[in-house]
Order: sequence, then C-alpha cells, then structure tokens
Amino acid sequence: MTSSTLPAPAAAPLAADPVLRRRSHGDMVFRGLLTLAAVIVPVLLVFLVYELWVGSRLAIGEFGLGFIGSSAWDPVTGKFGAYPLIFGTLLSSFIALVIAVPLSLGVAVYLTEFAPMSIRQPIAFVIGLLAAIPSVVYGLWGIFVLIPFLRSTLFPFLQGTLGFLPIFDGPIYGPSMLSAGIILAIMIMPYIMSVAREILIAVPASQREASLALGATRWEAVRTVVIPYARTGILGAIVLGLGRALGETMAVTMLIGNRHEIAASLFAPGYTMAAAIANEFTEAVGDLHLSALAYVALVLFGVTIVVNAAARLLIWRVARGSAAGSRAL
Amino acid sequence: MNRRTFRRFKSNAMVGLMIVAVVLAVLPLLFILADLVIKGAGNLDLAFFTETPAPAGDEGGGVVHAIVGTLIIVGMAALIGLPIGIGAGIYCAEYPGSRITWITRFVADVLNGTPSIVIGVFAWAWIVATQKHFSAFAGSAALAMIMIPMVLRTTEEMIRLVPNSLREAALALGYPRWRTSLGIVVRSTLPGIITGSLLAVARIAGETAPLLFTALGSQYLSTNPNQPMAALPLTVFTYATGPYDEWHQLAWASALVLILVVLVLSVGARLALRRGAGTHG
Repeated sequence: MTSSTLPAPAAAPLAADPVLRRRSHGDMVFRGLLTLAAVIVPVLLVFLVYELWVGSRLAIGEFGLGFIGSSAWDPVTGKFGAYPLIFGTLLSSFIALVIAVPLSLGVAVYLTEFAPMSIRQPIAFVIGLLAAIPSVVYGLWGIFVLIPFLRSTLFPFLQGTLGFLPIFDGPIYGPSMLSAGIILAIMIMPYIMSVAREILIAVPASQREASLALGATRWEAVRTVVIPYARTGILGAIVLGLGRALGETMAVTMLIGNRHEIAASLFAPGYTMAAAIANEFTEAVGDLHLSALAYVALVLFGVTIVVNAAARLLIWRVARGSAAGSRAL
Repeated sequence: MNRRTFRRFKSNAMVGLMIVAVVLAVLPLLFILADLVIKGAGNLDLAFFTETPAPAGDEGGGVVHAIVGTLIIVGMAALIGLPIGIGAGIYCAEYPGSRITWITRFVADVLNGTPSIVIGVFAWAWIVATQKHFSAFAGSAALAMIMIPMVLRTTEEMIRLVPNSLREAALALGYPRWRTSLGIVVRSTLPGIITGSLLAVARIAGETAPLLFTALGSQYLSTNPNQPMAALPLTVFTYATGPYDEWHQLAWASALVLILVVLVLSVGARLALRRGAGTHG
C-alpha cells in the first residue's frame, strides 16, 4: 500500500528525530482522511446494490427471473412483468442510436479532419452545451414544440411514404415510441460526438499523411485509414451513448406515452424501465407493486453496468490509461 | 466524368453531408434556447421570483418556493458531495499504486454510468423508507451521490497533470507529504478543481429523476430539510404535465431560469478554466 512514486523514508531516523516524527503524524492524518473519502465511494456502491436487492426481494421471490419475460402489469391482481418495459427501453434507445450515430460521427469527423481550425473548438463547445441542458427541459420542449411538429409534419410524411411498413402504420398519437427516440437522439448526440472526437484526435497524423501521400482524397484517407484505426474507440463512444439512452428518464417519461404495451407501430405509445419507475413509484399501491418497481430498477442497473463496462473496455483499448470518455459520462 | 474527378467529387460530397450533420446537430440547441426565451421570458416578473403558486388554474403566482428549494437541496448536496469527491480524487491521484485507488476509480466509473433514477430509488430505500417520510435531505443525498464520481474523476485528472518534478522539489526542500499535496499540488490545480466542482453542481441542479420520490416537491415555501421541498426541475415537470395553461407558462418560465443557472455555471466554469490553465475542457 505504499505509494509507487515516492518510497517512504527508512524507519530508523524517523523514530529518532522528533521533527520528522511530527511530520509523519501529519502525513498519517492526511492520508487517513483521504482514504476515508476514497473508501466511501465503493461502500456506497455496495450499499446501493444491497438496498436495491432488499427492496426487490419480495418481487424476486414472487416472480423470479420470469419477471423479465412476462408482459403482465396489473397492480390490482398483483401480477407484474417487465418485458414491455425492457422492450421499450431497448427500442427507444435503438431508435436514438439510428438517428444520433450518423449525425454525431459526421460532426466528429468533420471537426477533426475537415473543418477550418478556427471553428473546430467553437462548434464542439456549442454542441457540448446540448449536454448541459437538463432532461426535464428537453421533456418540456418535447411536449410543447417537438410533438406538435412531429404530429403535423414528420409523422404524416413517414406514414404517407413508408406506411406499408408495419412500424409506420396505425393511428398517429403525439406521445409515442418514435417521439421518445428522437428526443433521446438529440440528448445522446453530444456524448457520442465528444468521445468520438477525442478518439479521432488520438489517431496519429502520420497515418493520414501516409494515406494522402499515396494519392488518396481526403475522404478516402478518412474512410480507409482514420476510421479503421479508430474503429474500436468509436464503437466504444456509441456504446457509451447507448448507456446514457437506456437510463434517461424525464424526457422519455414526458414523451413516450407511458403504456404497458408492445405495439408494432412506432407511432404508438410505449414505456421504458426508467419511465415506469418515475411515474409509478410514488403512487405504487401495495408492497408488491413497490417491490416490482425496485426489481425494475435492479434490472436497469444491471443492464447499464454491462453496457458501460463494454464501452469502457472498448475505449480503454484505444486510449489506454487516459480517462477519455469518463468526463462525458 | 473520369475516375479522378469522380473521387474528388465524392470527397467533396461527403464533406457536404458532414456540414449538413453539423447544422442538424446545432439546430435543436438554437430552437430549444429560442423557445425557452420566447415562451418563458414573458412570465418573468417580480411575482415569479417572490410569490408562491396561485391556486390551480388561477393567473399569477410564482415559484419562489422552488427557487429557494433548489438552492437548499443543491447546496446541501454540494456540502456532502464536494469534500468526498475532491478528497477521493486527491487520493486516487496521489496514491496511484494503491489497490483502493484501483477499486475507487472503477466504482466511480460504474456510478457515473448509473441512471439517476436508480440512484433515486436507492436514496428512497435508504433514507425515505427508513424515516417513513419524504425529505429534502434525501434528495440532497441522491444528488451528492451523482456528483461524487464526477468531481472525483475531474479532480484526479487535473492533479495528474501536475509534473512530478514539482512534487519532488517540494519534498526535497523538506516539506512533508501532506503539505506538498495540499500546498503545492492541489493549490496549483485549484482552478481546475473548482471548474470540475462547478460543472458537477450545474449538472445536479437540473436533475429531476432522483428528486421525484425523495424531495417530492411541495406547494409551499419550506426551509426545513427534514420535510418535502420544492425544486425548480420538479416544478417544470409537474407544471408541464399538468392540465392548465397557466401552469404551462410557469413551467416555461421555470425552465428558462433553470437553464440560465445551468448554462451560466457550466459555461462560466469552462471559460474560466480555459483562460486560467490553457487546457481545452
């Protein structure tokens, strides 16, 4: 447990010299306080897992792992299943990725490879501001601006042109899976963009120069050299965005329609794990309902841990040691 | 079109597409900010900042209870979260070989990726369920838990930028380790640590999900941390999803105030850091 940078002085003179001994007391107190702060963090995590497990014990005992595959959600008869919630969480996040990935990678590549030097930093800064907007403000904007716009223009257009697909079929509601996916896309874009940008900046200039010297156009250099070089890290950036989308609560709660159903149409309302917890927790009827919601929280926690761990592994392999991405979280 | 011109054309076309992507990425920000000002600024009168809400459906009233509530809840969260986050960050940077460092850093990354609603459930189970009543303090605890890993990682990153020679010079002059750490290392990175702290405060000031079933919200002006308390994000949520037009207007105005606070904190912190330390944040 000694520091790797500075070996502790030998013990003998320390004990003999009163000044040195007083100093070592100061060091011990200092290190003790810091250690306390550092130890609190893992203890909190252990505590979190324990409390979630205790909270959901009733539902775990009642439904077991079948909870994940069941579609029932009836507080009156005490039947609960998380399948529609898990489905909704995955689908809304998937929609968000489909929209956000091309956009954010386009921006990241443009800002690192093509944009004039003077506008790179400002544009990254402005897009970064999107990440500072609170989720609930996205929700407010989504209810009163985005949904009316989508319902009157984009959704009818999609139905008119692609209505033969079941996902664009059926009645158009305002609050829907697609509305939630679109707001999520806007919210995760700055995260994917900023991590992808850090990864692309880390690609050595010599790689680009070699490709250009061989006669590639600038786009060809990006496509054949830069992107393959950064592929793992970019995948990490995308998975990181996914992790954010899975746990996003307020904006989704306000836009997704909150219905425990699985519909083929993206215009139909749905539900996510986070939204269900947010909506029903304070109004839960009975211990089993509450416990089922805690179980949902436990599942959500498990899913995000797996996704974030995957992202971190991917990013670490590229930018080993540096904390790329940890700030973006 | 011969092959060479086609390749050049393709390259330019891709750049064109990327510029479209940049425009599409920046547009939502412009729209959101513009809508907030258009729909919210009109309601920012004196009553908004000094009165509690009018009865449901009535004109007028304000959100002073939520502004005070947010200040108290976020303030308490910072009091709990900043010392732990900064202390743990210093530990991780100053004792990089320790096993505690490895575990703490790993756990901080896990907590950073944990959805805030899950942390809300935790705070509920831990504090609200055992005390059997909602309280502002439980909300603060949840927010503190969100800010600790953020502050930890920025503090650690900042300290690791300090050259080792600086540390060695201080030790060679006979400084004990703790004075070297606090007086030399931490002091030289203080602007960065303050920036990280402000960013974390800005981030938790806008958090809603962890407060839903901890601080709960309230219609009255309250300063008792042991009771339910209103907060601006909760006000935005309640009023936006409520049925009355007057509520919607208050929601827009509250959101405008909230975003001004958040943007001033986070932009100010970033600009201060860039000017102070010359690093890009």
